[in-house]
Amino acid sequence: MQYLEGRKFVVLGIFLAVAVVFAVRLFHIQVLDGSYKLAADRNTLQRIVQMPYRGVIYDRNGKILVQNTPVYDLMVVPREVKKLDTARFCQLLQMPVQELRDGLRAAKIYSRVKASPLVQNLSTPELAAIQDNLIDFPGFSVKPRMARSYLTQNMAHALGYVGPVSPTMLEKPKYAKYVPGDFLGISGIESYYEKELMGRRGVQYRMVNVRGIEKGAFRDGEFDTLSVAGQDLHLSIDPELQKYGEYLMQGKKGSVVAIDPKTGEILAFVSAPSFDPAMLTGKGSGNRYMELLRDTARPLFDRPLAAAYSPGSVFKLVNEAIALQEHVVTPYTGFPCNWKLVRCTHRHEYPANLTIATKNSCNPYFYQVMFATVRQGRSPSKYEDVALGLADWRKHVTSFGLAQHLEVDLPGERMGLIPSPAFYDKRYGHHRWTYKTIYSLSIGQGEIQVTPLQMANLMCIFANRGYYYAPHFVRSIGNRGPLSRYRQRHYTSVDSSHFNAIVPGMVAVVDGRGGTGEHASLLDVGISVAGKTGTVQNYHGIDHATFGGFAPANDPKIAISVFIENAGFGGSSAAPLAGLMMEKYLRGKVAPWRHRWEEWLPGSADRFVSKRNRR
Amino acid sequence: MNQVRYSRSIDWVTLLIYLTMVGVGLLNVYAASYSADVPFERVFSADWSGLMAFNWFKQLVWIGVSVLLIMVLLVIDHKAYDTFAYVLYGGMIVLLLVTLVIARPIAGSRSWLELGPMRLQPAEFAKFTTALAASRFMAGINLRQQAFKQQLVLAGITLLPPLLIIASNETGQALVFGAFLLAYFREGMSPLILLVLAAAGLVLILSLLVPKLWLVGAFTVILALVLVLNPRVLRHHLPLAAGVYAVVLGMVFGVDFFYNNVLQPHQQKRIEVLLNPSADPLGVGWNVTQSKIAIGSGGLAGKGFLEGTQTRFDFVPEQSTDFIFCTVGEEWGWLGTMTVIGLFMALIFRVIFVAERQKSVFGRTYGYCVASIIFFHFCVNIGMTIGLAPVVGIPLPFFSYGGSSLWSFTILLFILLAIDAYRKQDLVR
Repeated sequence: MQYLEGRKFVVLGIFLAVAVVFAVRLFHIQVLDGSYKLAADRNTLQRIVQMPYRGVIYDRNGKILVQNTPVYDLMVVPREVKKLDTARFCQLLQMPVQELRDGLRAAKIYSRVKASPLVQNLSTPELAAIQDNLIDFPGFSVKPRMARSYLTQNMAHALGYVGPVSPTMLEKPKYAKYVPGDFLGISGIESYYEKELMGRRGVQYRMVNVRGIEKGAFRDGEFDTLSVAGQDLHLSIDPELQKYGEYLMQGKKGSVVAIDPKTGEILAFVSAPSFDPAMLTGKGSGNRYMELLRDTARPLFDRPLAAAYSPGSVFKLVNEAIALQEHVVTPYTGFPCNWKLVRCTHRHEYPANLTIATKNSCNPYFYQVMFATVRQGRSPSKYEDVALGLADWRKHVTSFGLAQHLEVDLPGERMGLIPSPAFYDKRYGHHRWTYKTIYSLSIGQGEIQVTPLQMANLMCIFANRGYYYAPHFVRSIGNRGPLSRYRQRHYTSVDSSHFNAIVPGMVAVVDGRGGTGEHASLLDVGISVAGKTGTVQNYHGIDHATFGGFAPANDPKIAISVFIENAGFGGSSAAPLAGLMMEKYLRGKVAPWRHRWEEWLPGSADRFVSKRNRR
Repeated sequence: MNQVRYSRSIDWVTLLIYLTMVGVGLLNVYAASYSADVPFERVFSADWSGLMAFNWFKQLVWIGVSVLLIMVLLVIDHKAYDTFAYVLYGGMIVLLLVTLVIARPIAGSRSWLELGPMRLQPAEFAKFTTALAASRFMAGINLRQQAFKQQLVLAGITLLPPLLIIASNETGQALVFGAFLLAYFREGMSPLILLVLAAAGLVLILSLLVPKLWLVGAFTVILALVLVLNPRVLRHHLPLAAGVYAVVLGMVFGVDFFYNNVLQPHQQKRIEVLLNPSADPLGVGWNVTQSKIAIGSGGLAGKGFLEGTQTRFDFVPEQSTDFIFCTVGEEWGWLGTMTVIGLFMALIFRVIFVAERQKSVFGRTYGYCVASIIFFHFCVNIGMTIGLAPVVGIPLPFFSYGGSSLWSFTILLFILLAIDAYRKQDLVR
């Protein structure tokens, strides 16, 4: 029996061995391996994202331009769709059967168990029409969402639009926070201020049981965050002026940009042809977008920012300012209008001084002004001399905000072009070009390109006698004021005294007898306007009409640039349009005797071109 | 000297461990069936039937009944267990047969007897009756010296109830009877049987896991090595070696047949899940996956009482009965599971200690049976919740919710304590 008693230890050994195996195994899965903890959280935690209220956009007067309205997306969970009566469903939603099939297929590809949108942007009345019948269609549900709605028919280009995030965007790290079905600003201010407008999403963690039924907040909401509404934007746009500008630009291609020179705030931003911003929101926006995209007049093209034109005669002012700064001319320098070097636009009095030359926009005069600037004898070689001179000249020009981004708060800004010596070296070869090659620059023609926005900014510089604030739309984000860079003055490399010497010539252009810009004159209502007309030769046909100016000349409150494509002489269309705009802004109304202008200006550009000039 | 009181002679250590286990079990049954939607305060306003809707309250009632049972068991003359062992066994066999005939199938098994509102599983009670009968038979023989015939009778006594239980489609409860081998081993059964069974089990598991050809190759190499290294085997025991080799190969190839033709689909799946738990986590693997997640997410100290998300949100099926260990693991962490394992070890070791101090073979064998049965449940139940054993529907003794299970284990344990209590009285007398 002694022998058998020993077996007790064998039995106990077996018991103990199993207990040790369990202890080790349990230590492993409970203490060492953290993956089970994550798995438990994945089981029970449901992340609910709360979309914030997108910021509202106000105009200069504090009136709402863009707000949020509820719309409804019809969602479908493919797995739950049972015995779908396609005919009745399509009739109810008034959609083609093919569209339904394509939509269902796309939803199935995305996920069989997750909801994806089938029809987006149903309005409240549209929802009411289908809601009661929806119960007959399992697998379909309605998800409310906030969409943009517009209380204005204007400034589509500046406002931009909001659309669903695209698959290509989602691949970029910049859009890491977005998921399919989210909406974001696609263009304009909506896109530029996306971060501010969007606000912060709230996340709530809910615990669900095995059947997905909610069982309350996770840890009493310790990790939950509330959504923070987006910040409101206050634009500097004057809605009346904007509307007026779009009205005057009807039927034409071109742009009007008006800026308050004292602050850099953009007052009007017209890109013609324009469209109603509401076209790009709501049901059917995709089709309407394609329509706009196919339009040969390119209404989606944001001309003030992205169209680059030669500035024409307006640029003579810049050349003059640089020549004065370089002390190669004085305001009292006279040059003959000799037609030998370059033709002048018309016969006029002898340009005995700067003011007379400016008033008549004398091409030979400014040819010689720029010649004096770039050919100062820095080198005995004429090739070397003009190259050095052009480099210095370009330095001055770029200080006027040209050939660079002004950093306006809108995406898609173009830089324009101010040619450098390297540019001509590349085109013609080193030492293969002289002043005769580049003289067009003296009258703002040739390779030089500026955007209408840069032109308007140029007028701000002359209005301020030598400095500018970067133009911008948003004068206040929430109540924080504009972005800090918009409070910073940018000085040109030209002393303000030289601008004072030029402005009388600009006033003479508009208010002087026989000035090229006399149609912009507001002298009859006691406002002195300074400006300069331009007639821009281009490769696309009839000259573009331009006008740049500001008013009142002594205490400027508005600076403006007008480009009208293929409208010929700047004095006959761009100048009166600018005059009306400035009067509208400064007086709030237009003198009755100018109503004929108001009636005549909207319409095709053809009417401004004399038959002789039509090619 | 008849004045020796039970309070002195009953084994207080076992009783204390028992009460602790039942108490901790009740706590976890409460947690497992706890729902935040039903506040505890509602208990005070509930009537009897309302109270009986709470699993934990029912368990409390079952515990109360168990206490009564314990009193009855201790009062009964200890000689009765010896004397009526066969009668009880016979009655049990009849009950199993009756159950087999009249029981309605519940979840595929015909093992539940319905008595009014109550449901009893006779298989639970087959354990202690069989243990009594086997011990009684053991007391009359000497297992080491007895003829083969006696050993067959013992095997018959042990195997009859599980066969009836298998017939009622309750395989898990039948497997428990394998635990008797440990008790028989203590009483002199050849260790060869345990070794052969262990080897056979190993071969079976290997056959499921390893490609057949490898196994055949490995066993052939082993046979060759044995024959080369030990020429005596070649000379004298060649038929035996060849026989073993043939049986092993037969098993390797027989496993497929057994797996595909003998096992039922749900049993096949359980084995499949054991071998590869991630094969089908949402289907057959669900129980094991969720059970492991529950226990594994408990960490060192657990999520806290009533804070187990897996438990509260019904991710673990059968969480108050067969998977009660998940609640322990999730809410009390590794410290909790160690406590439970410690309690079981303490109980089993104590039972062995009590068994060893019995003067009679009957008492000792019965004690070993008790320890082995509890151990088997402990082993398979916890093993399945942590993915070490196939999912076999047997409860965790004293912890799992359910009257039949609690009562059968209580009876099993306290018959031993009753026998043990009278052991001292015998001495005194």
